[in-house]
Amino acid sequence: MPKITYISHKSKKNTVEVPTGLSVMEGALQNNIEGIDADCGGSMACATCHVYVSENWLTKIEKIHDAEQDMLDMAYEPKKNSRLSCQIIVSDDLDGLEVTTPIKQA
Amino acid sequence: MIKTDAIIIGAGPTGLFAVHQLGIIGLKCEVVDNLDRAGGQCIELYPDKPIYDIPAVPECTGEELTNNLLKQIEPFKAGFHFGQRVEEIKQVNNLWVLTTNKGNIFSAPNVIIAGGVGSFEPRKLALKEAEKFENNQIFYSVTNKNLFQNKKISIFGGGDSALDWALELSKLNEITLIHRRTEFRGATHTLNEIKQKEKEGKILIKTPYNLKSIEGESVMTGIQIEHEDGKLEKIKTNYILSFFGLIMKLGPIADWGLNIDKKTIPVNTETFQTNREGIFAIGDICTYPGKLKLILSGFHEAALAARACFKRAKPNETYRFEFTTGSKSIHGRLGLKNE
Repeated sequence: MPKITYISHKSKKNTVEVPTGLSVMEGALQNNIEGIDADCGGSMACATCHVYVSENWLTKIEKIHDAEQDMLDMAYEPKKNSRLSCQIIVSDDLDGLEVTTPIKQA
Repeated sequence: MIKTDAIIIGAGPTGLFAVHQLGIIGLKCEVVDNLDRAGGQCIELYPDKPIYDIPAVPECTGEELTNNLLKQIEPFKAGFHFGQRVEEIKQVNNLWVLTTNKGNIFSAPNVIIAGGVGSFEPRKLALKEAEKFENNQIFYSVTNKNLFQNKKISIFGGGDSALDWALELSKLNEITLIHRRTEFRGATHTLNEIKQKEKEGKILIKTPYNLKSIEGESVMTGIQIEHEDGKLEKIKTNYILSFFGLIMKLGPIADWGLNIDKKTIPVNTETFQTNREGIFAIGDICTYPGKLKLILSGFHEAALAARACFKRAKPNETYRFEFTTGSKSIHGRLGLKNE
């Protein structure tokens, strides 16, 4: 099962196994990872599952769509490497993915 | 004080259908919502996005769903109280007495919390200094645009609210519109108007920039914005308008003595009652084993909670299960004629 590492804004690392096909957001909720709120439940409507993805992983995950980019405008301190974790679907190719959660989501 | 059979907190689809389910069994209710209109998340988060999993409705938008529900509950003449939040709840004998932040008071044996993920509030600026200028020089909505006459205004955001207010206020003075990326999200004609105003020198567009700091001690005099590449720029500013959408906050509900588990309220699935007798929770805000955050689940929960409300509202009457197809009493409540 792919391993996903969630890094808190205080650089605390938490590596968990997330089944293929689930989103990085769902993986966080199932493992009680702090820093991801996911208020809307994955309908890409709230920007509270916002994460930063390191440069080397950004190219490996599916490209960002306009709607996600629009929603990220609402996120807390978005950067160039911002993504919504509900839109990153875990696959074997993403084994080892590291995402960093922002200081807060809202 | 308004006395009724049930008070519903939240006018999203679940709260609206609760009005229906209470209505057909002959119970009156009042609905309170922090937003200025009905619809909840359906209207605020995805008014135009199609929904495909409402039974017998192959496809509809959040707005259509809300309008249809409002039409369906029309006969029951529920009282709606928008733009206010229930702040306090206390028990007086067998009744619950609720007070809103606008000072309205309601009393009922039943309270149905259909509050989704909490009440909607504007998403605020990240900077700590922003707090001390809030409602003074920094605003998250516009109530009095005359305030901005002949002042220097910086508007943050890339969506419809930011664009619409930039256009509107550019009639009064010069506007700086600041956004984190070069693309704006708005209707084509709005974007064209913005471009036109930029040419005329009425709107100065700064992208891709973010707010870096606020200058001024007791009075804000300016701001510093940071380009994506790190370059800093100062802008004289009297007022900041910030439009980063809405967030959902549980708010005062957390202080009502209810069991809360990760922002949701555990309920018993027979009645949808919480740990407090006469307070029910339905829709996204309730939790139980197997809970699905679907609108259709909210409808089911509303039907059962309404029946449980009957016993507390009319303790001396016997509840009778009836179908809407053939019940004369239900037809009467629906205001149907030719009976």
